[in-house]
Amino acid sequence: MASLKDFRTRIASVKSTQKITKAMQMVAAAKLKRAQEAAEAARPYSEKVAGTVANLATSVQGSDAAPKLLRGSGNDQVHLVVVATSERGLCGGFNTNIVKKSRELIVSLQARGKTVKILTVGKKGRDQLKRVYSSLSVGHIEFAGVRTLGAAQSAQVSHKLVEMFDAGEFDVAHLVFSRFKSVISQIATVQQLIPVVAPEGVATSDTGGGVYTYEPGEEAILEALLPRYLDSQILGALLENAAGFYGAQMGAMDNATRNAGDLIKKLTLQMNRKRQAMITTELTEIIAGAQAV
Amino acid sequence: MATTGKLHFSLVSPERALYSGEVDQVVVPGVDGQFGVLSQHAPFMTVIQQGAIRILDGASERKIYVGGGFADVTPQGLTILAEDAVDLAKLDAAGLEKDLQNAREDVRDAKDADVKAAAERKLARLEAIRAAA
Repeated sequence: MASLKDFRTRIASVKSTQKITKAMQMVAAAKLKRAQEAAEAARPYSEKVAGTVANLATSVQGSDAAPKLLRGSGNDQVHLVVVATSERGLCGGFNTNIVKKSRELIVSLQARGKTVKILTVGKKGRDQLKRVYSSLSVGHIEFAGVRTLGAAQSAQVSHKLVEMFDAGEFDVAHLVFSRFKSVISQIATVQQLIPVVAPEGVATSDTGGGVYTYEPGEEAILEALLPRYLDSQILGALLENAAGFYGAQMGAMDNATRNAGDLIKKLTLQMNRKRQAMITTELTEIIAGAQAV
Repeated sequence: MATTGKLHFSLVSPERALYSGEVDQVVVPGVDGQFGVLSQHAPFMTVIQQGAIRILDGASERKIYVGGGFADVTPQGLTILAEDAVDLAKLDAAGLEKDLQNAREDVRDAKDADVKAAAERKLARLEAIRAAA
């Protein structure tokens, strides 16, 4: 039977855990705000690039001169799955959901007889996938120690992809990441990266009836633009992931704080009962002793 | 439509929008040569190279370094998608010299090829910024 002192130390330790989770929740909330702003700030560029790609893609569609990134390699055998997760944990089911989605994708690709390769971005995804699919892994990119995700990080990923694609290491690339729907809801999503899917429904710039002049030429511009488009898509995904991560962490820490509160209440009740029982026993002993005299 | 005689100019980088406003003229370093854009320019799209963009408005002139990107001219105005942009007015010359010095040392001290290539890229970027300033 636990003594009163045991109860007190238990309660003290739960209280300090609660303080930590509470602090983490507030830090996550502040970082979430910043991550959302970053995602917002990246939008004008990505919309503009998407609009231009959409414009150009329709005009070179089907022609042999179209860049390889748009046309694809002509095969559909080797699929690369890029799994973007967070660097850190304590965020509830955030990473697990992304990994689960990736697994579903890998299983369905393999069922169709495709060769699957995995590129992990972020430590947690690698940790979870290496147990089952370590033989499929072809690379890993980690942003440990990076404070704010930016173009430098997405460029690292897109350069690697373009390099591998040019070397003929894969035919199709998919990106699995978490779409930031709201603070409490993040949805693991699969997006095809290569061959580039011409964006639909984006506002293409209105030329006002005039004819566009391209310098040096449409194909040359598209050739230069597609890697940037890829880049901006990856950056967008990474930023959404970051925002989603902080949202998930906020939720998880809020839960943990509440659980700690419940636990403290329960322990305090038990402790008080125990204390009362002890007092009662003492009193009975004294009364019994007094009567005996 | 631009009836004011002013050109709507916006400069966006992958991370954020850097500049947006009405100006008289913008001079852009295109791959096929420098070109100036005034309002009501014909629709035009080009790749731009490393160099300085000059924004002219009235008597003032502002220079912004870009590390390559795209310029898109539409009847609505000029949009530049820059990969790397540094406002040269805010640049501190002494700091740049120091960064250049450090970058040169990094190139010299680099042990493996990857580190060396990264250091060389950094140095080239700084030198281009200095040349543009």
